[in-house]
Amino acid sequence: MSVPESLPLLVRVLRSPQEVLALDLAQWDLLLRQAANANLLVSMLYLLEDAGLLAAVPAAPREHLEWTRLAASNHARGVRYEVARIVAALAGLDVPLILLKGGAYAMAGLDAGRGRLFTDIDILVPKPRLDEVEAALMLHGWASAHHDPYDQRYYREWMHEIPPMVHVRRGNAIDVHHAILPETAAERPDPDLLRAAAIPVAGEPGLFMLAPHDMFLHSAVHLFSDGEFDHGLRDLLDLHRLALQFGAEPGFWEGLAPRAQALQLGRPLYYALRYLQRMLGTPVPPEVVRAAAAGGPGPLLRSLMDALFLRVLPPHHPSCAGRFGAAARFALYVRGNWLRMPPFMLARHLFHKAFISPRDDAKGEQA
Amino acid sequence: MLTVSSLAPAQLRARLSGPGLDVQTGPFANRIHSNIPHLAAGLAVLYADYPLNEAGGFADFHLDLGQPGGIRRWWRPQVRFEQDGKFPFKPLPVAQAQPFCEWMMNWCVSNRAHGYLIVHAAVVEKHGRGIILPAPPGSGKSTLCAALVCRGWRLLSDELALVRHADGLLVPVPRPVSLKNRSIEVIRAFAPEAVFGSVVHGTMKGTVGLMRAPGDSIRRAGEAVVPHAIVFPQWEDGAPAELEPVTRARLFMRVADNAFNYTLLGARGFDTLAGLAQRSAGYTFRYSKLDEAMAVFDALAGEAP
Repeated sequence: MSVPESLPLLVRVLRSPQEVLALDLAQWDLLLRQAANANLLVSMLYLLEDAGLLAAVPAAPREHLEWTRLAASNHARGVRYEVARIVAALAGLDVPLILLKGGAYAMAGLDAGRGRLFTDIDILVPKPRLDEVEAALMLHGWASAHHDPYDQRYYREWMHEIPPMVHVRRGNAIDVHHAILPETAAERPDPDLLRAAAIPVAGEPGLFMLAPHDMFLHSAVHLFSDGEFDHGLRDLLDLHRLALQFGAEPGFWEGLAPRAQALQLGRPLYYALRYLQRMLGTPVPPEVVRAAAAGGPGPLLRSLMDALFLRVLPPHHPSCAGRFGAAARFALYVRGNWLRMPPFMLARHLFHKAFISPRDDAKGEQA
Repeated sequence: MLTVSSLAPAQLRARLSGPGLDVQTGPFANRIHSNIPHLAAGLAVLYADYPLNEAGGFADFHLDLGQPGGIRRWWRPQVRFEQDGKFPFKPLPVAQAQPFCEWMMNWCVSNRAHGYLIVHAAVVEKHGRGIILPAPPGSGKSTLCAALVCRGWRLLSDELALVRHADGLLVPVPRPVSLKNRSIEVIRAFAPEAVFGSVVHGTMKGTVGLMRAPGDSIRRAGEAVVPHAIVFPQWEDGAPAELEPVTRARLFMRVADNAFNYTLLGARGFDTLAGLAQRSAGYTFRYSKLDEAMAVFDALAGEAP
């Protein structure tokens, strides 16, 4: 299948690694910079390695990729250690510990976890057990990172997770979820359904992850219901790799749309399949596309969403910054909040964030 | 081979504000962009002898040090560091562009180049023997390093010791020596022939003066060096120049404390550091007079092989 010329270089290489064989050094320079901005340098290393192309990479860019290998094994070590600490902290509670997203991909050794870098571990626990889980984590050194009383209330009353906790010594963050969408959102996938279908992570006693359908759908919700797309392309690549890996197993594609419907996630599924095909050329069976079409928006909204998503999903690099990119990002930011809560509540929330919450100007650091 | 000095001032400025100035520092290709005239002038002085790479190829590091337009151009003008559309650091007053550029080059290396164990240290060489001077700020490391390279030692680096995992050799990345506060006058008196860029006051490290690296050190940047000794310098008023051995275990730990990427490198970093500590003698070195220090270091380098 030929790869459209109009796509950014990084996207073309993700679709078809063979493309690198034709690159000159200036294009390698651009590819690695786009990959670095999209947090996909390590993924690039493994992608080329798995395709048997690493030896064909010119010396200078290959050395950069090899540098990231060392950083990646450090990351992998860190994740295993951190997850082990969480398991230990919650050991006495008899709460089933379900890993979400990056942590699950990494611990289960899924393709989507290969070379994927992430900063916090996400877990899903039953809502009635939240207090115990939070207390146990605090006893083991994690503390809430949000001290603003408004933020505390925002998370605890309205969101699908408690305020992020950060370990006081190691600085690693954990997000404790009790659902995958906010309490205040219009769509509310039933967490009991997710937990009931969860499966053990092989070789990791005490650890669970979402079933393949749910994992794919959660990844789609996370990408297409959120308001921030800093990791848009990385998250789309997650979906791509989950689709390729799970899609090879019997029953995955057939059951996907019905499961999305049961979880009220028809819309995110529709977007995921649409942009996977358009951006990464993911092979999705036509009958699945047809089944998912029921969850899609009308033609007008669809054109609007195309205009927005196709602008924010490419790597966030000046070389890919088309016109209206910033406007699309802002529109999707507003939409992300819109999906989180009803209009009046949203207005109140944005007002509070803009005028009342303390300013955080202390970003950035010095050499 | 073309060097930066082959560019006339106008050409240099055009490269900086256009396709970028491609400068090779040791193993790294840097592409520098800037619209700040005094930075161009400073680079012309400090980087005159560096190889000039062809524009538009692959660069290891991209450094964009721009002066934002608008009101900022007139009211407390600033320099900001941009990397591919991101601004990882706060801007600084524009007068500090030159030291900022040096710090950013160090940051790029220590943030990315994990093919090396990177130690915060100066490295010099004589008779094929590499000497590493790790140091927390204020220990007199740069002063000692500057004095040595003004007396015929080869400069490998003033800030970053690169120990290559593959063979444990020290890889040179010679760049200007960054002298702070009183050491600027000390080195000017010690080596009047040394060339300095403009001295910048009021940085977060105080007054900073960048001393040009010796041309010979730049030309020989491709020659890796066998580590011979690790010396922890400490300037102390009135102290006689004195080397005191450090045990190997202590040496290992002290170098690890000064390594930027030791933890990140895991087992790889341990192996490289163990190899380094194994083949190097370790000393602490107290001194007050540079001339006495020179004699001690010449003795440490021994005879030409």
